[in-house]
Amino acid sequence: MRTRLVVIGNGMAGARTVEEILARGGDFDITMFGDEPYGNYNRIMLSNVLAGVEDESGIFLNDLTWYTDNGITLHTGTRIDRIDRFAKMVYAADGTATPYDKLIIATGSRAFVPPIPGLHRPGRGYHQGVFAFRTLDDTRSMIRYAREHQRAVVIGGGLLGLEAARGLQNHLPHVTLIHAAGHLMNAQLNEAAGETLRATVEARLGIEVVVNGRTTEILGKNAVTGVKLGDGRVIPCDVVVVAAGIRANAEMAAASGLVVERGIVVDDQMRAQDEDDIYAVGECAQHRGETYGLVAPLWDQAKVLADHLTGVNPFAEYHGSQVATKLKVAGVDVAAMGLQAPERDDDESLTFTEPGRGIYKNVIIRGGRLVGATMVGDVKKVAFLMQAFDRGLALPEERAELMFDLGGPSGEVKVEEMADDEQVCNCNGVSKGAICSTVQSGCKTVTGVMDKTRAGKGCGTCKPLVQRIVEWAAGGEVDEDPAASWYVPGIPMPKPELMNAIRVHSLRSVSAVFAKLGGEEDAKSKMGLASLLKMMWGGDYVDERDARFINDRVHANIQRDGTFSVVPQMKGGVTTPAQLRRIAEVAEKHAVPMVKLTGGQRIDLLGIPKEKLPEVWADLDMPSGYAYGKSFRTVKTCVGSDFCRFGVGDSTALGIALEERYQGIEGPGKMKLAVTGCPRNCAEAYVKDLGVVAIDGGKWEIYVGGAAGAHIRKGDLLATVGSAAEVMVLTGRFLQYYRENANWLERTYAFVPRLGIERVREVVVDDKDGIAAALDAAMDASVAAYRDPWKDRDDPATPGQFRTSLPLTVLPQVPVRA
Amino acid sequence: MIALGSVDEIPPGEGRTFAVDGDMIAVFRLRDGSVRALQATCPHRGGPLADGQIDLKQVICPLHLNAWDLTTGCSLSGQPDVAVYPVRVDDNQILLGD
Ligand SMILES: Cc1cc2nc3c(=O)[nH]c(=O)nc-3n(C[C@H](O)[C@H](O)[C@H](O)COP(=O)(O)OP(=O)(O)OC[C@H]3O[C@@H](n4cnc5c(N)ncnc54)[C@H](O)[C@@H]3O)c2cc1C
Ligand code: HEM
Ligand code: SF4
Ligand code: SF4
Ligand code: FES
Repeated sequence: MRTRLVVIGNGMAGARTVEEILARGGDFDITMFGDEPYGNYNRIMLSNVLAGVEDESGIFLNDLTWYTDNGITLHTGTRIDRIDRFAKMVYAADGTATPYDKLIIATGSRAFVPPIPGLHRPGRGYHQGVFAFRTLDDTRSMIRYAREHQRAVVIGGGLLGLEAARGLQNHLPHVTLIHAAGHLMNAQLNEAAGETLRATVEARLGIEVVVNGRTTEILGKNAVTGVKLGDGRVIPCDVVVVAAGIRANAEMAAASGLVVERGIVVDDQMRAQDEDDIYAVGECAQHRGETYGLVAPLWDQAKVLADHLTGVNPFAEYHGSQVATKLKVAGVDVAAMGLQAPERDDDESLTFTEPGRGIYKNVIIRGGRLVGATMVGDVKKVAFLMQAFDRGLALPEERAELMFDLGGPSGEVKVEEMADDEQVCNCNGVSKGAICSTVQSGCKTVTGVMDKTRAGKGCGTCKPLVQRIVEWAAGGEVDEDPAASWYVPGIPMPKPELMNAIRVHSLRSVSAVFAKLGGEEDAKSKMGLASLLKMMWGGDYVDERDARFINDRVHANIQRDGTFSVVPQMKGGVTTPAQLRRIAEVAEKHAVPMVKLTGGQRIDLLGIPKEKLPEVWADLDMPSGYAYGKSFRTVKTCVGSDFCRFGVGDSTALGIALEERYQGIEGPGKMKLAVTGCPRNCAEAYVKDLGVVAIDGGKWEIYVGGAAGAHIRKGDLLATVGSAAEVMVLTGRFLQYYRENANWLERTYAFVPRLGIERVREVVVDDKDGIAAALDAAMDASVAAYRDPWKDRDDPATPGQFRTSLPLTVLPQVPVRA
Repeated sequence: MIALGSVDEIPPGEGRTFAVDGDMIAVFRLRDGSVRALQATCPHRGGPLADGQIDLKQVICPLHLNAWDLTTGCSLSGQPDVAVYPVRVDDNQILLGD
């Protein structure tokens, strides 16, 4: 019969120990009991859930299928009441009894609730409005309740209390933190550091802090209405969160006859004192007089116990852990490890303070090794300090380098010199080896590795190191960070994924995209999304005007003084006397400050006030030249074979035809085209997004990806074709391919080299992917949906669409009463 | 307290400029329904802030794309801060002042 292993407690330590046992090939018949109704989740991320930066679903470490897949019998929501050490049985609250050969106790701890009158209601547990902060259920009910209330008091100014206070601000407007000791985080920080932290928490986070505050009573009859302090002060509030410390869940073990002091007393192999087959790990265990309240020690404990139980190393020993803490509160950086202040006469100590910026730094060195460090307000050096502290690394001669980046060699650990089993992420217990093997299995982005291994997903301190290890393991072939490939900054998706999500969820407006995919509206992403949605949905796009940049709201280009420029369409740069006369009349009538020829072969009327735009368009009665949008702009042409003695192709006719067909098409960036009648290139076709050059024999060359703006690039030859009709088709297909695949604001001069001209040719000319017909059809639809925006003039799209934002005199004057 | 007019004068997610007693004030109507009021001209080079794009936090000047916090007026891109004015909507009216 396989050895029966029973684990009491399905939290971080219990589940991790089982993972370590499985990783060592341990062959046990495993049964786990957990008081909570879930699989195993990452408790430290509850702070992030409360703060709204992580979703509940994102914190599960082992879901229920993990247990079945590994043949583990899991009893969720089942509390063990008693252990019979002699009969080797555990008894659950539901009356069942389960035999074991080996037993692991991993019951963790619970919130310590100080004996404050009024915290409890007779027969109902906590008073209504009082919460502890330990479990997912606590967090859920706290969020639900806080959302409907106004003022919260958090009792306890340690790590947990600060994280709770910060998180609550996400749900209600007023948070007060009451701390019994003289300064915040007194277990980790000395007085000066705690005082710096208090100032920052008050000024930057807007949390009111009361130190030396002894809570003497919780007020309120049916629900909490306030707390009373020892000095008689009353702080009104409707939510109270108790974060005054933790106590090991060891009563059940004590009642069952195990040796319990502050926790279940264990030896160096995590074996309960005087027992042969009972072990304890995690916060419920007391080892060499220490109980721990952080996860890093329990990863070490889990490894030792797994080594021992599976026989991989029956003599593995746990010797205690050095703990370093970091506050997970955005905007307030605190990290602390080891000593708070020098203890011996020959301890070296360096302190740097800059209270104005909320910075306090202190390191303590003994015998050349780091024995303590505190960083408040600036934690840039923390990753290095933690390693130096944890492993007793040699320290830089120039001690100031421990606190500042001095430009010299940074005292960073060398990745190649780290041992494979060296722990990188202390929050989630991820080793260098685990990161490397993830990279080797094909995941080559930093965020990808972080998602897979959970490294860097706890307090975040180790992220820079994780990044360096990924880079090293990938041998310099790190894929670009996805954020760089997101289409717009506000939605974490590359373009194809984004387009797919938009299609799957039928998202037809920019606000719908944010609501479904982005969480929060982002001003810097709106314009890019509007362009994409318009391309994807055509006539079915729900046009929210605020998603447009001002130029696209009023179909004109904003100038430095807040006026606009009006450029009527002039296809192929060819005009007529009648057109010129009309433009001249309009310019005179409206006293246009400047009339100028543009680089795109048309005429620009500059300095038109916004409110005059509709009138100017009406007087011109010409279509828009789209000189303002991220869109198809113009087709420059030369006079070509009609007039030029060198011309070998009718460049003007082709240019006009191209502009006629593709006018106004929107895209990720501007699209400037040209057609030139011979390789002398008078129309500058080699440096256009798409340029067409007539060559001898009635043929046309098509160049793509050229530019002659701030960036200069000669286009790549896409194809040489035999007819103007083919130019028309390939132009449409290339532009559509660009529209669908380029990132927002990525011009063709970046897009074409990114994919490579061969790849572009494969798709656009050779139709290797079989999508040519689809690209053509999509472009046809866009062409068919074209509508001259200047026709908008009689019927403003929004109230005040053309109302001026400058200058003063023509604004609607509001009567002011004195 | 001054009534500037109906909130319907401002399309959701956009801003409009109002002249109040010789001052120019840009009022924005956020997509969550609330309103914000800032000085109308950009401290950088005088751009019209009401023509900028906004979200629930910031406004981006249309001229050089500097950003300001809509609630505090603090610059988010290293420019001088802008003035903010108390403003709210009551019974569909935009009310400026305390
Ligand atoms: C909000 C929050 C933030 C934190 N942030 C950090 C951080 O940033 N860094 C850090 O290092 N640590 C942090 N911690 C501490 C960390 O979560 C704990 O150290 C860790 O969870 C301890 O693991 P454990 O397995 O010993 O206990 P637990 O994770 O609490 O697991 C014990 C489990 O056993 C169950 N149980 C108890 N008694 C019984 C019984 N009789 N029968 C059946 N089941 C039982 C409990 O319901 C629980 O599910 C944080 C804790 C909280 C609450
Ligand atoms: C979740 C666990 C707990 C539950 C369900 C619980 C439940 C209760 C209940 C029902 C009462 C009766 C209240 C009354 O009659 O007025 C009470 C009172 C009390 N409990 Fe707890 N309790 C818990 C944990 C604790 C802990 C951990 C402590 C302290 C270490 C504690 C300290 C007290 C004190 C001091 C009182 C008296 C309070 C008063 O007079 O208002 N309790 N508790
Ligand atoms: S490019 Fe050739 S055809 Fe066109 S104007 Fe110049 S020389 Fe003449
Ligand atoms: S080059 Fe273009 S951007 Fe620069 S000043 Fe001239 S018009 Fe303006
Ligand atoms: S004028 Fe506003 S950013 Fe330059």
